Amino acid sequence: MINILEYLEETLDEIPNPNKVAFAGADTSGRTELTFHELSGLGRACGSYITNSGIKKRPIAVFMQKSPSMIAAFLGVIYGGCYYIPLDSEMPAFRIHLILETVNPSLIICDDVTSEIIAGWDVPLPFSCQVINFSEVCKHTNDEVALANVRVNAIDADPLYVVFTSGSTGVPKGVVATHRSVIDYIENLSTVLDVSADTVFGNQSPLYLDACLKEVYTTLKFGASAYLIPQSLFMFPVKLIEYINDNGINTICWVASALSLVAGLGALKAATPKTLHTIAFGSEVFPIKHYNLWRETLPDARFIHLYGPTEATGMSCFYEAVRTYETDESIPIGHPFPNTEIILLDDNSKVPEDGQPGEICIRGTCLSPGYFSDDEKTVAAFIQNPLSAFPDKIYKTGDMGRRGSNGELYYISRRDHQIKHMGHRIELAEVELVANGCDAIGLACAVFDDTNSHIVLYYVLSESVAAETMDEASNKKIKSTVRSYLKKNLPRYMLPHNIYQLKSLPHTPGGKIDRVKLLEQYKTERM
Amino acid sequence: MSVLLEILEELHDDVDYSTHTTLIDDNVIDSFDIITLIAEIDDRIGVTIPADELVPENFNSYAAISALVSRLDDDD
Repeated sequence: MINILEYLEETLDEIPNPNKVAFAGADTSGRTELTFHELSGLGRACGSYITNSGIKKRPIAVFMQKSPSMIAAFLGVIYGGCYYIPLDSEMPAFRIHLILETVNPSLIICDDVTSEIIAGWDVPLPFSCQVINFSEVCKHTNDEVALANVRVNAIDADPLYVVFTSGSTGVPKGVVATHRSVIDYIENLSTVLDVSADTVFGNQSPLYLDACLKEVYTTLKFGASAYLIPQSLFMFPVKLIEYINDNGINTICWVASALSLVAGLGALKAATPKTLHTIAFGSEVFPIKHYNLWRETLPDARFIHLYGPTEATGMSCFYEAVRTYETDESIPIGHPFPNTEIILLDDNSKVPEDGQPGEICIRGTCLSPGYFSDDEKTVAAFIQNPLSAFPDKIYKTGDMGRRGSNGELYYISRRDHQIKHMGHRIELAEVELVANGCDAIGLACAVFDDTNSHIVLYYVLSESVAAETMDEASNKKIKSTVRSYLKKNLPRYMLPHNIYQLKSLPHTPGGKIDRVKLLEQYKTERM
Repeated sequence: MSVLLEILEELHDDVDYSTHTTLIDDNVIDSFDIITLIAEIDDRIGVTIPADELVPENFNSYAAISALVSRLDDDD
């Protein structure tokens, strides 16, 4: 198998009813559904448009609302022999511009809502790039010869997509995935989850993250189906459970915070998601009390803990949890997927003794070739395996782990300032970079309180603003300006929960901002 | 100012809560806010909102949230 489109094509040959709905969801135009047959038709039309425009093996941005059509656009880009950069209508313009500047796409595919967003951007794009509505692209006549030609020249090392994740310098970094790495992931994940044509997924993750691979490509491979759950339902968990039951959703792969929200708000006492039989969770630590509530509600369901960084395409490790846990225990991340190896390395690049901590490093076909247009970061994170005497790449995750007595792996903590918040990977430096761009702010420092998952921003005023006489009213006004600035320029999940203005930021004896002291100060004030 | 209004102003100080009646429908209050809102109402007003009261109608306006909190407070 060379190309991810083979999943769709084989399914179309095999399923009894090609008009089975593959993806269902809603956008501002209401409920939308696409069958396998329609996905193929839209994808081929879009692919023909791309090849006929003379675009070859180039990045194409797909900037649309989360919907089945966005998935059809992904497939269209692949049919066209290119790779996609998924962007979301909820992303702030600042971040979208940073991403577009990095990839310089040949085409931006949008929909009715996002084309208005583009029209409203006050800063023009820094390069010339065609913008076209997906509904227009789909009217293009199929060019079967051109589509076939694309496939003859395709290899499995070709990129499939680039997704952007928070970068430690403040600028998002693009992780490249290949057809090969995604096929490797889908083959192994579907075995672990036991996916079949009867699987009905309830997708929670945004389509601009690699987390959505779990539902998108497994659905294509097995002729299963997936509901893209409207984000608003996660505010009203009893309604969310009703949605699961009404649509017969039996498999979910959610970030732990989404499962936690349902349990924590008491929804499992008010309603039971009785159609669910497989619950996979990951991307952050699942509080044990919430996990136990789920397990007690659905004693016959399978609970699978997944772990893995975007750089190793999707997930890398799994553990099937078969019992309730004490609150002082942690659920293992278990064992690597088949065809993936996990190596723990200590600071001397040696394998620590069992039970001792080491950095989790990953080896296998699942590895990304690296970051888009960023050799420096690629070389730093994708290193030569110190245990091999031949060229052999491993990815250093920055996560610390240890092996338990049965050989299963446990996650311990991060090595750096990266945090996980609502399932999103966030570099606090990126929050600071955006905050420092605000005129009123002289210097900002972001800390994370993991006891309540609050991102907190401390800042001092810029000289020009601080020079003016300050009273309480003007301070309040400045704080309000800072807040709106952050709202405009940061993705929602990166927005600080609290912001505090200080006369000066505390420093360590070495001259760095004292983050530990700021965090202590925050925790004390909250008591 | 009522404690509830204080909590809401802390979430969004640019919203006129006296007139806004589509806080949920217009996505002014989102899923991040709802979690904070429920936690703060519990902490500062001492009212726990049960899951079956978590429906859009109860959160679309200041008046609706206020009515919900009073009703639950009376039930105690």
